Amino acid sequence: MNAVVESGVIRQHLIDPEICIRCNTCEATCPVGAITHDDRNYVVRAEVCNSCMACISPCPTGSIDNWRTVPVVRAYSIEEQLGWDELPAELSADELAAEGVTDLAPEAPPAPATAPVEAGTEPAFSSAQVGATLPPWSAAHAYTNLYGPKAAEKSLTATVVGNVRVTEVGKDYDTHHIVLDFGAMPFPVLEGQSIGVLPPGTDDKGRPHHARQYSIASPRNGERPGYNNVSLTIKRVLEDHQGRPVRGVASNYMCDLQVGDKVQVIGPFGTSFLMPNHPRSSIVMICTGTGSAPMRAMTEWRRRLRQSGKFEGGKLMLFFGARTKEELPYFGPLTNLPKDFIDINLAFSRTPDAPKRYVQDLMRERAADLGPLLKEAYFYVCGLKAMEEGVVLALRDIAQQAGLHWDDTAAALKREGRLHLETY
Amino acid sequence: MSAINYSEKIPNNVNLAEDRTLQRALEQWQPNFISWWDDMGPDGSTDYDVYLRTAVSVDPQGWASFGHVKMRDYRWGIFLNPGDANREIHFGDHKGEKAWTDVPGEHRANLRRIIVTQGDTEPASVEQQRHLGLTAPSMYDLRNLFQINVEEGRHLWAMVYLLHKHFGRDGREEAEALLDRRSGDENNPRILGAFNEATPDWLSFFMFTYFTDRDGKFQLCALAESAFDPLARTTKFMLTEEAHHMFVGESGVSRVIQRTCAAMNELKTDDVGKLRAAGVIDLPTIQRYLNFHYSVTIDLFGADQSSNAATFYSSGLKGRFEEGKRTDDHVLKGQTYKVLEVQNGQLVEKEVPMLNALNEVLRDDYIKDSVAGVERWNKVIEKAGIPLRLKVPHKAFHRNIGALAGVKVSPEGRPVSEAEWKEKVAQWLPTDDDRAFVASLMGRVVEPGKFANWIAPPVMGINRQPVDFEYVRFN
Repeated sequence: MNAVVESGVIRQHLIDPEICIRCNTCEATCPVGAITHDDRNYVVRAEVCNSCMACISPCPTGSIDNWRTVPVVRAYSIEEQLGWDELPAELSADELAAEGVTDLAPEAPPAPATAPVEAGTEPAFSSAQVGATLPPWSAAHAYTNLYGPKAAEKSLTATVVGNVRVTEVGKDYDTHHIVLDFGAMPFPVLEGQSIGVLPPGTDDKGRPHHARQYSIASPRNGERPGYNNVSLTIKRVLEDHQGRPVRGVASNYMCDLQVGDKVQVIGPFGTSFLMPNHPRSSIVMICTGTGSAPMRAMTEWRRRLRQSGKFEGGKLMLFFGARTKEELPYFGPLTNLPKDFIDINLAFSRTPDAPKRYVQDLMRERAADLGPLLKEAYFYVCGLKAMEEGVVLALRDIAQQAGLHWDDTAAALKREGRLHLETY
Repeated sequence: MSAINYSEKIPNNVNLAEDRTLQRALEQWQPNFISWWDDMGPDGSTDYDVYLRTAVSVDPQGWASFGHVKMRDYRWGIFLNPGDANREIHFGDHKGEKAWTDVPGEHRANLRRIIVTQGDTEPASVEQQRHLGLTAPSMYDLRNLFQINVEEGRHLWAMVYLLHKHFGRDGREEAEALLDRRSGDENNPRILGAFNEATPDWLSFFMFTYFTDRDGKFQLCALAESAFDPLARTTKFMLTEEAHHMFVGESGVSRVIQRTCAAMNELKTDDVGKLRAAGVIDLPTIQRYLNFHYSVTIDLFGADQSSNAATFYSSGLKGRFEEGKRTDDHVLKGQTYKVLEVQNGQLVEKEVPMLNALNEVLRDDYIKDSVAGVERWNKVIEKAGIPLRLKVPHKAFHRNIGALAGVKVSPEGRPVSEAEWKEKVAQWLPTDDDRAFVASLMGRVVEPGKFANWIAPPVMGINRQPVDFEYVRFN
């Protein structure tokens, strides 16, 4: 049967009857006999298909590569599928909830693959020298500090409406996708902005914990479009940057929250790490680990715009690093985005028997495509501090290969609000 | 299954290196093939790097490997689907016996004839299409044309392998002859009529790949049932590639229709003159092209009553479409089938022995399959809110082979007089005027992402690449 995502939910494999040409290749290829047909449609038996993907590449049309999340008890029968003229829409969260499905696993990223910092023959690297402090000219206006020590309201109470572990249990990394709802209270956000969480209690000196900042992983109109909520990607911190055991206060607090719990938040924060909104503007996103959160937000916003059919997007390129494939919960959903929508490059630094690959290696491989983008695209870097320098050096090499003068290019990137670095 | 050894001169998964005689024979044939490709392959394409799918092995992961290659350097090779040592013959007089790994002497001539006939169509279609690249409506379509061309070339290789491997000297001579015949050549034409017709424009090309390559699918499906195991395994793998050809045809015609419907709605007219002036192909012209290609193609299935067909089936050389999925006795002795003939000016059905009517059985299966795609074209028209529908003509319309050859029947299946035929043929089949108009639209558009005015862009690109991907680098 199709892969069970959560108990009672499957990703059901379906064939798009509008695109399929009934060539029978899939049926002939399927090793388990899950595909059958009548005079009208080719269909997949949900209870037989084991998602082995053998049928995907032989399909001449691409109609084979369609998937719907459905409760296992409501999987589309072959009789239903045989009657279709087009694929049904994805079930909405409400429809799934009506079937008792509430905790769909959404996307969120885990552990980083960071490049080692190159020992300095160059003058000491400073991100402030290259990173822009101004947003792109077409950025939307960002509200900031609506809640905080200096605002009228010191904090806002948000309600947890979702908390899902998105890395496999048993892996070293425990990353959660958490959705916070603000009810009737204003908390307008843009992609790239962040939010502060106030963990309850006091530190070992008896002072209240200071706020911890998290990038927002959802687009401006909500994790669910039209709802006053945001999603966060939070990795449970169990060791510090040097590998010493330490229990992160806020991340552990957040990861342990139950649906319905209340959380005190402040913000929003951020006025420059914002996406361009003009037609045909291109975005290059470079990230590791949970640094993917703002990239998810921007990608999802562009995806929604594209779906609306009313916006002409530019190129989207993503360079995403993790230690291994297994640590990439975004992996599945990411690769399902069409190639003409987003150009995805994944680097794994710890795949056994494979050489280490970092995001900057991937960037150098794609120099031919990145070179021209240096002149007009908007670059976003998010992840561990250590990646900054490697990424900027890669950009420098790419610029030089493309025959661009790096100092001028870097100055333009900064001046025009086209290179944004957010690292921790 | 074994991967293909690219260090060898001829990529294959049949352990060619262990059969030195065969290897040498094929290595001698290969330069002749390349020279045929240079002479008769796509016009002016020598330096192009084309984003092609190449088989690197026959398993699902390996048979579709994409990259830019020069067509001349495409790795034409020999791939058989994995064999089953215990496979049994499942139809005809030898039903239940072990499948043949070699050619039984008594069937040698018939098998050779089947393989040569199939093999002859492959280079023929490359020859028919060799000038189309000069008028491609887009880079995407140009790439699809080239993909089809190289795969037809590979299918020729597949048949030539069987000839060399199993038919000795006769086989080698037949393999040479496959490179000597030329589509449309008066003195040395290709074997089947439809493969000597020109493919003058892209609408014809799409119709050809939809209708005529679908004939290929049915012939290959019937051969994939064969008791001669190497033929069955070869044709099974060819079918995977054939699917792309029909995709090009079906989606191509569909995109032409989509563009026409869009123009009809923009201009709020169904006036043929206005639509032609707007540079799109009117639906009645598309219907006439359809009538032509459909009727020419169903002739390819052969005479409706044929003792050869009965012999091929009973002796296990060629099965029916989806033989393994049928639930009858798979011997068919004493059973009957209805075929059409004309008596006293009327079309009547006549019961004949099923074994003799197997060409007709395959033709009817084909008709069912091709009608389904026409209905999908109609969905495009329906979605645009236009009342007209396309329709395949009657089986007896415009036939040149079998009992219906030369009978004058309207597309609806009504026998008509010679006079009425002459009067109305211009409504039923493409006229010189139609062809001249379609030809007038054929300008070359090959900037990435640009499409000629008479055709809509596809829903998605090849291998999930964007539609404006650089599918062909002209260098």
